[in-house]
Amino acid sequence: MPAEPSPPPPPPAAPAPVSPLLRPVFPSSERVVGALQTALAALAVPVLAVVTALLVGGAIIALAGRDPLLAYAALWEGCCASPRALSETLVWATPYIFTGLAVALAFHGGLFNIGAEGQLALGALVAAWLGYALPGLAGPLPAAVHLPLVLLGGTLAGAAWGAIPGWLKARTGAHEVINTIMLNYVALLAVSYLLNGPLRDPSPLNVIARTPEIALSARLPRLAPDLRLHAGLLLALLAAAAVWWGLYRTPLGFAIRAVGANPAAARTAGMPVGGLVVAALALSGALAGLAGAVEVAGLNYRHELGFSLGYGFDAIAIALLARVHPLGVVPAALLLGALRNGAARMQFLASVPVDLVVVLEGLILLFVAAEVLVRRLYRLPPAGAPLVFTRGWR
Amino acid sequence: MTGRRLALILAAVGLIVAAAVALGSGQMPAPAIVASMLRTTLQVATPLTLGALAGLYCERAGVINIGIEGMMLLAAFGGFVAALAAHAALGDGAVGASLAIGVAAAVLCGGLAGAFHALLCVTYRVDQIISGTVLNVLAIGLTGYLSRQLFFQSGMPHAPGVLPTLRLPLLADLPLVGGVFEQQPIALAALALVALTHVVLFHTVWGLRARAVGEHPRAADTAGIAVARVRWANVVVGGLVAGLAGAYFTLESVPTFEPLMTNGRGFIALAAMIFGGWTPLGAWAASLVFGAAQALQINAQGFGLAVPSQLVGMLPYLLTMLALAGLAGRTRPPAADGQPYDPHEAQA
Repeated sequence: MPAEPSPPPPPPAAPAPVSPLLRPVFPSSERVVGALQTALAALAVPVLAVVTALLVGGAIIALAGRDPLLAYAALWEGCCASPRALSETLVWATPYIFTGLAVALAFHGGLFNIGAEGQLALGALVAAWLGYALPGLAGPLPAAVHLPLVLLGGTLAGAAWGAIPGWLKARTGAHEVINTIMLNYVALLAVSYLLNGPLRDPSPLNVIARTPEIALSARLPRLAPDLRLHAGLLLALLAAAAVWWGLYRTPLGFAIRAVGANPAAARTAGMPVGGLVVAALALSGALAGLAGAVEVAGLNYRHELGFSLGYGFDAIAIALLARVHPLGVVPAALLLGALRNGAARMQFLASVPVDLVVVLEGLILLFVAAEVLVRRLYRLPPAGAPLVFTRGWR
Repeated sequence: MTGRRLALILAAVGLIVAAAVALGSGQMPAPAIVASMLRTTLQVATPLTLGALAGLYCERAGVINIGIEGMMLLAAFGGFVAALAAHAALGDGAVGASLAIGVAAAVLCGGLAGAFHALLCVTYRVDQIISGTVLNVLAIGLTGYLSRQLFFQSGMPHAPGVLPTLRLPLLADLPLVGGVFEQQPIALAALALVALTHVVLFHTVWGLRARAVGEHPRAADTAGIAVARVRWANVVVGGLVAGLAGAYFTLESVPTFEPLMTNGRGFIALAAMIFGGWTPLGAWAASLVFGAAQALQINAQGFGLAVPSQLVGMLPYLLTMLALAGLAGRTRPPAADGQPYDPHEAQA
């Protein structure tokens, strides 16, 4: 990755409408009250968006002749009402944090990464291969060496897959939205081929497309006995802090945000815009790849066809719900994880199909994106310019 | 769209057909392979052509639409359910009428999805790519939810059939290639819509206004064109066309619905539109390239080749990327594509 530690260039000369992405995260420390007000104002729309989505979802449940209260009670029971349920919610939230960060980071660079799904699948595949094949190739390894290698391998695979659309955009102007989607299909087909062919678990008992189990030395520890909660959650929280620090406290992060806010101004200021586009998408892909590696090393201990359940797509909703703030990604991922985790219970107890949570996700996305709807509904003061995350086909 | 570009794109189709002939030469006579390839190409290119035209109406008026995939999925489901309901009401004597009602419902669903997109991005000036994503997520969620809610106990039913194959008079009687001209109604409608869209965009007042609004909304506004209204109309028309593309999936291709059945076709259609330089003829030619790649994949299975199906399956996607990377030269989007227009905003 071209992480040029160039000195912070002078800020671009008065870039016309200042993107919300470039606003300082925290107001200066002497204005704590102001900071609290800012935080409350920033939280109002996402929270009300979730509430409104749940209300509309309830109406949809009622229209189908089911009991919305029963459905939501079952959803709550399934996601949060016992240590096991909570642990499963956190297990769901772990890859969501990584992929949500991946999408949010790309947004800061003015880029829309819809390819987290494919980057995650490749990261998981490479991690699984390193996990089971490395001891055979290099002899037994201590966990202190093997586990980091597994995680690094998955990260690099995701980074490489993310760098391709970045390079294509920087070099030819081809839009990353189409290319990341195309690369999703290519990655999933490649993974399907490898899992059915060269990397398939050769044991005679195996009847499905999956790799062999990874070695014990490649596994992340579990955090509690009898629960599936694993140390990947801690890595995810670390990643959120690291992305926040990287975006707001390093020259590279500043440059990426400058390109996202106004590429013309960034170019005038002497920033290597093309390289920064590649860097932003490679870092974004790295986070998604790490998500896959952590799923393999912490949870599944192998890669299996179709294990990814739309983490990459849900990541878009998470990033937007967090209003692309790296630290906001954590609660947003917890919310989506809880919805996904509780859905099965809801289907079982209240006969409401699990797909309802996808509808809820779309509604949340809608109300976050169309802020003006929420503001009008709840008589909030109007916001400034509407949030614009992307810049058309350019 | 220059004639040279168009020729270049069509040459790519020829190249893929030639590849099929080379691969299958041991098993079938070459003319039969060519006829089969062309027929399948036209068939499978149908949703891509229609999707690309849908995108074209929106984008020529300055509204990016990455929600075509979702529009098609909603329409495929809506049309399917309507055809089932009509069949239940009308009985076996009126299969054709049930299917026609299904197609009409699908087109209507597409139009409603278009109105939703227009409401968000034209009226509320929401980020257009986000609005398209909302549409895609809601379409996946709603069709999945409703199909499970409606058909959970009974299992997924089958529609009363698919639209009949029509023989174009004279052309279908030609020796060897006659089969190419035996197509189903939506495939034929797609061809007609390519011509119609070309005329509408470049030879009517509607098209002139749409293009003006897509290139320079402020100038159009100054000239007395109601920017928001023109954008609304074009996005809804785009939705109607995407709805017809949706009908292809459940009423022309297979008589059933399955979740996620559009399988990325909406995005490939978008790539075809870009590849085709934002023109109807170019978009159609580009759709044929992707259709031919898919036809090659279908025919290659028939030839019993040793290449893993997943690798052949990557072909349309890789082709899309190559196309976008400017294999056939750069293309230029409408100047105001993707930019919300606020009539009260001070001129920058």
